[in-house]
Amino acid sequence: MGRENIWSGILFGIGLMALVDEIIFHQLLQWHHFYDRATTFIGILSDGLLNAFALFALVIGLFMFADLQRKRAVYKLKWAGGIFTGLGGFQLFDGIINHKLLQIHQVRYDVNLLPYDLAWNISGAVLLITGIVLLLRSKHKKAGH
Amino acid sequence: MHHMNMTHFFILEITVLFIAISALILYPAAMYYSNKKHRAWKKGRYFIFAIGVIIAASALTGPLARLSHTDFTVHMFLHLLLGMLGPLLILHGKPMTLIIRTLKVSQARKLSTFLNMKYVKFISNPIVASILNIGGLFLIYKTGLFELMHTSVLLFALIHLHVFLAGYLFTMSIIYIDIVTHRYSFLYRAAVLIAALGFHKILSKLIYASPPAGIPRQDGERGAMLMYYGGDIVDLALIILLCLEWYKRAERSRVQTVKLS
Repeated sequence: MGRENIWSGILFGIGLMALVDEIIFHQLLQWHHFYDRATTFIGILSDGLLNAFALFALVIGLFMFADLQRKRAVYKLKWAGGIFTGLGGFQLFDGIINHKLLQIHQVRYDVNLLPYDLAWNISGAVLLITGIVLLLRSKHKKAGH
Repeated sequence: MHHMNMTHFFILEITVLFIAISALILYPAAMYYSNKKHRAWKKGRYFIFAIGVIIAASALTGPLARLSHTDFTVHMFLHLLLGMLGPLLILHGKPMTLIIRTLKVSQARKLSTFLNMKYVKFISNPIVASILNIGGLFLIYKTGLFELMHTSVLLFALIHLHVFLAGYLFTMSIIYIDIVTHRYSFLYRAAVLIAALGFHKILSKLIYASPPAGIPRQDGERGAMLMYYGGDIVDLALIILLCLEWYKRAERSRVQTVKLS
């Protein structure tokens, strides 16, 4: 049961962060570019598959949660820990692998990138650490019962 | 873009209209006959089937279809209708189930022999269906085929027939709504769906980067983005339907386990 809670959270978190990325950074702020003409083929490949996976993760994560609800097996701390882990994991992966290693697109254009990259990756790390801490605490709590 | 022989295109439009109208008449006829020996067929299925047929036919006939020869964005919009939305709606009309229950037993047996053929089994494997579907799109937009198809109505017709059939085959191989002869696991179908959706996105970015010859840059970019986000909407529907199937099955298998123990 515990693992289903964690996985439901992680998958939903990954999907949620991909959605935030798309809505806020691509559509509303328009900092990210759809395609910035410097992208390599491998970058396009990885980005396409990752985004497809994230869309699936968003949906299956919620269905898994609905399934847990239905059998009254929701463990909120584990679920929340999973979500933060997914949010932070995706943010860091996007910031380090996609933006820096594969150079799919940058956080923003025509500005000094360093503060943006730092803010991006530090916020990702904070989310990820929060997730891990929550998951560890949920373990302790269980052991204490 | 090149000019097409409009008289030939008119013949294609008439053919498509004939097929679409036949489907719209035959479906309720089959409902009527099969209702005599079976439980009443849900009328809503005809409604959704009819919308699917009209949507798919509108991609090949009428003013929008004519505009699509010169406007890439319109072309892309119609391809979403013909290859994705149309098939999804038609599939929900469960045409194969309806055919089977309308046919006489001996004929139905012949049909099921056909459905069990190795060839049919091969092409309805999700991976093969995806390659036929998305791979076909790569051929259209990343070789000279797109330009060529606007010079010959026959080629145009064949390619669009492929887009529709491959789209239908793909949808059918992922979402188990109608009759399914060879079942594959949820995880396998999920992985193939993700890969197919991924490559659909990849192709739209490649089209954005370099649209087929003869298409103005702005039109190419608009069309590619429509392909990307429009594809997302239909694919989200496919994902939800697939996950819904998982959700229903999870409950059923639990009930069975409880009964057994």
